Amino acid sequence: MLAVRSLTKLFGSFAACNGIDLDIKSGEIHALLGENGAGKSTLVKMLFGVLAPSSGQILWKGEPVRITSPGAARRIGIGMVFQHFSLFEALTVAENIALSLSPGISLSKVAEEASRLSHLYGLPLDPNAHVADLSVGERQRIEIVRALLQNPELIILDEPTSVLTPQEADRLFETLAKLKAEGRSVLYISHRLEEVQRICDRATVLRHGKVTGACNPRQETPASLARMMVGRDVASVSAAGTNTKGDVLLEAKHLTVPSRTPFAVALKNVCLKVRSGEVLAIAGVAGNGQGELFDALSGEYPVTDPAAVSIRGKAAGNLGITARRLMGAGFVPEERHGHAAVTTLPLSDNLVLARSQSDRKTFLAGGLLGIIRQAVVRIASKRISETMDVRKSGENPAAGSLSGGNLQKYIVGRELDRQPAVLIVNQPTWGVDAGAASRIRQALVDLAKSGSAVLVISQDLDEIFEVATEIAVISEGRLSDAYPAHDLTREKIGLLMGGMYGKTEGEVADAH
Amino acid sequence: MRIELEKRANPSTLYSILSPFLALALTVVAGGIMFALLGKDPGSALYSFFIEPLLDVWSLHEVAIKAAPLILIGAGLSVCYRSNNWNIGAEGQFIAGAIAGAIVPVVFHDWHSPLVLPLMLIFGMIGGALYAAVPAFLKAHMNTNEILTSLMLVYIAQLFLDWLVRGPWRSPDAYNFPVTRDFAPEAILPELVSSGRANLGFALAIIAAVGLWLMLRYTLKGFEITVLGQSERAGRFAGFSSKRMIWFSMLLSGALAGLAGISEVSGTIGKLQPIISPGYGFTAIIVAFLGRLNPLGVIAAGLFLALTYVGGEAVQLTLSVSDKVTRVFQGLLLFFVLSCDTLIQYKIRLVFSRLGQSTEGGAH
Repeated sequence: MLAVRSLTKLFGSFAACNGIDLDIKSGEIHALLGENGAGKSTLVKMLFGVLAPSSGQILWKGEPVRITSPGAARRIGIGMVFQHFSLFEALTVAENIALSLSPGISLSKVAEEASRLSHLYGLPLDPNAHVADLSVGERQRIEIVRALLQNPELIILDEPTSVLTPQEADRLFETLAKLKAEGRSVLYISHRLEEVQRICDRATVLRHGKVTGACNPRQETPASLARMMVGRDVASVSAAGTNTKGDVLLEAKHLTVPSRTPFAVALKNVCLKVRSGEVLAIAGVAGNGQGELFDALSGEYPVTDPAAVSIRGKAAGNLGITARRLMGAGFVPEERHGHAAVTTLPLSDNLVLARSQSDRKTFLAGGLLGIIRQAVVRIASKRISETMDVRKSGENPAAGSLSGGNLQKYIVGRELDRQPAVLIVNQPTWGVDAGAASRIRQALVDLAKSGSAVLVISQDLDEIFEVATEIAVISEGRLSDAYPAHDLTREKIGLLMGGMYGKTEGEVADAH
Repeated sequence: MRIELEKRANPSTLYSILSPFLALALTVVAGGIMFALLGKDPGSALYSFFIEPLLDVWSLHEVAIKAAPLILIGAGLSVCYRSNNWNIGAEGQFIAGAIAGAIVPVVFHDWHSPLVLPLMLIFGMIGGALYAAVPAFLKAHMNTNEILTSLMLVYIAQLFLDWLVRGPWRSPDAYNFPVTRDFAPEAILPELVSSGRANLGFALAIIAAVGLWLMLRYTLKGFEITVLGQSERAGRFAGFSSKRMIWFSMLLSGALAGLAGISEVSGTIGKLQPIISPGYGFTAIIVAFLGRLNPLGVIAAGLFLALTYVGGEAVQLTLSVSDKVTRVFQGLLLFFVLSCDTLIQYKIRLVFSRLGQSTEGGAH
């Protein structure tokens, strides 16, 4: 149906896509696999007319076509559901859909058609509901229905499950199966191997802008797919060895934080305990209060109640991040650029960023003048780079010149280097290549084994099962009880993500 | 059609260094064209504007006198702008400092002591800092835009000074002229060297600029300024408070502007009068940017802009052109500095229609 021949996209001299060949047959679910930065998004943006190719050809049903805009793509029969939705929160579902159609179609007709389609494909949706009141999964359905209204023959889905609970994802897969049965094709972009193996008929793997393999994912193993994606074997994280659990080093007691901005999530009565030797992982779909929880635990935004957070048994709720660091805690925020690191500054300065006070005696001289001892800092920075295998150009390059994975290794290494008693990490391997991810996860596991308490906030269930000794789930600012990792399944976590924060069976029943 | 600025992947280091010089060259060229349009010979006009003042000892002293407030204010503003706080009201803080410092020689004119001058300088700094504290408070606690508040306060300071010298502080011996009584000799900033009028203010400016440079380059405070200026969130992660930085940077730049104000009044004018500044506080903004927000660069930039003041006066006399020429030159200079900086960081791209992002052959 769609064929792509040696398609290339250059940004300056950098080839984001380099001579890509791809064939999608009608009635198949075709996976596009690759790590972050492999060129998946660039490729589909060219297919949907958002970016213009530098060279190469796109063939649609055997005819060469030039897709100059998303409108042109829709006209020939290509629909797309983006990872980030473009919906107006204040409008209703039907109004949002009508906006993408040609003017002059009455709203009631749109609503009727939308609810017919949503019924047909098992995507329950109330056309009169306001988008603001809908969950992320429901919003995605709007986007899918919007794409379906154009009666496309090829639907492109960009990382559709990254915002869904496992149950919501299952429902999406049923819809995709229906589309396939009707003879429509789906181009499914993901880096989740398990999903791809489950629903896709064929897969094309990208690495560094090139096709590195085409296969039937069902005949491959996750390891072999990963090798195609990464280009080498990925070390698996070893949780071997015993963790001796000791004292509670990090505790939150009835931590309640009102939302700081209209778009933030309020934390409601969050309780958690992390003991020495434990890795507590907090699972959850993005935007359920993870960032707010990190802010409150790190002290970037302290709370009024001192007892709400305690570190090594001492109340710290009202203390700032510097005081909490001095109590032995280390922090790794989610966003690398402009939060965990200043991209324009060299790595050594970024070491000072996190440790100017905890290592005051080593890094600073001149008493109150606070003169930074650059030579000492550079030696420490070099040590961290070596320990964490940070690949960089030059001795002390700007943080922004490192790849995401290498910068993240440095940022995690910067905290590990001082052996924190408590480490709190938000999305430790978000947007990080598989090699660096396994290195970072191993480091977290090892830190817990050496007797520290580690709290990992993550959206990646694979990661959570790799590192966690205990798992809790955050949903709409509430945290579930923590369960031992080996007692939990993906399904159970999925239920908790859906907001049934597992107190008693009765409450769950009441909620429905 | 639409014009887009696209960030360059690798801005040239060479050009970033050359940028201020490029801007200077462009300013001279544009200035030459302006003189030609005014019917003057550009060559001789530019000569008397930029070269002649450098040939006489007395005019070199004038350059130093005018450079002192520009450097003092510009160095403070560099720190302020680096921390992402935009104090535009240095002119007002300059006047506030002059008024506060003049309390001693005007109100207590009978008190004679070697302490008068140091007290005046300290009062000047406090006055400037307090005046900058107003926009600092409004920004830190009311979330207002400091660009607007600090700028508006300039006009209040100017009118307040006008009222003071016409009203309560008017000298009894000045035949109703709107001036205060002349400062006593011990309230006058001494001259630097015997060859001319340049006073201790110039030395203060150099000391302040070098001190701030050392702070920015070597200390944790300097690091804090850079970090908070680049990313407030990273600063918060480091445990730095952006609120405290608002206070620090505004008070520092205000105090230096106030010190410049009292130095000017005490060293050059010798009394208060309705107009005490030819716009030093605004010109210092150009100085700060031309000096790359680096206090050492500010020394060079301050000397150059002082030259535009002296040169402007010179061409006014020799070629009888308007005194606005100086302002035009300063405006051109700021325009070219900012344009050069922008074009080194970004490239211009013309987009002719939203959808037709040219399909063939890599438009980038």
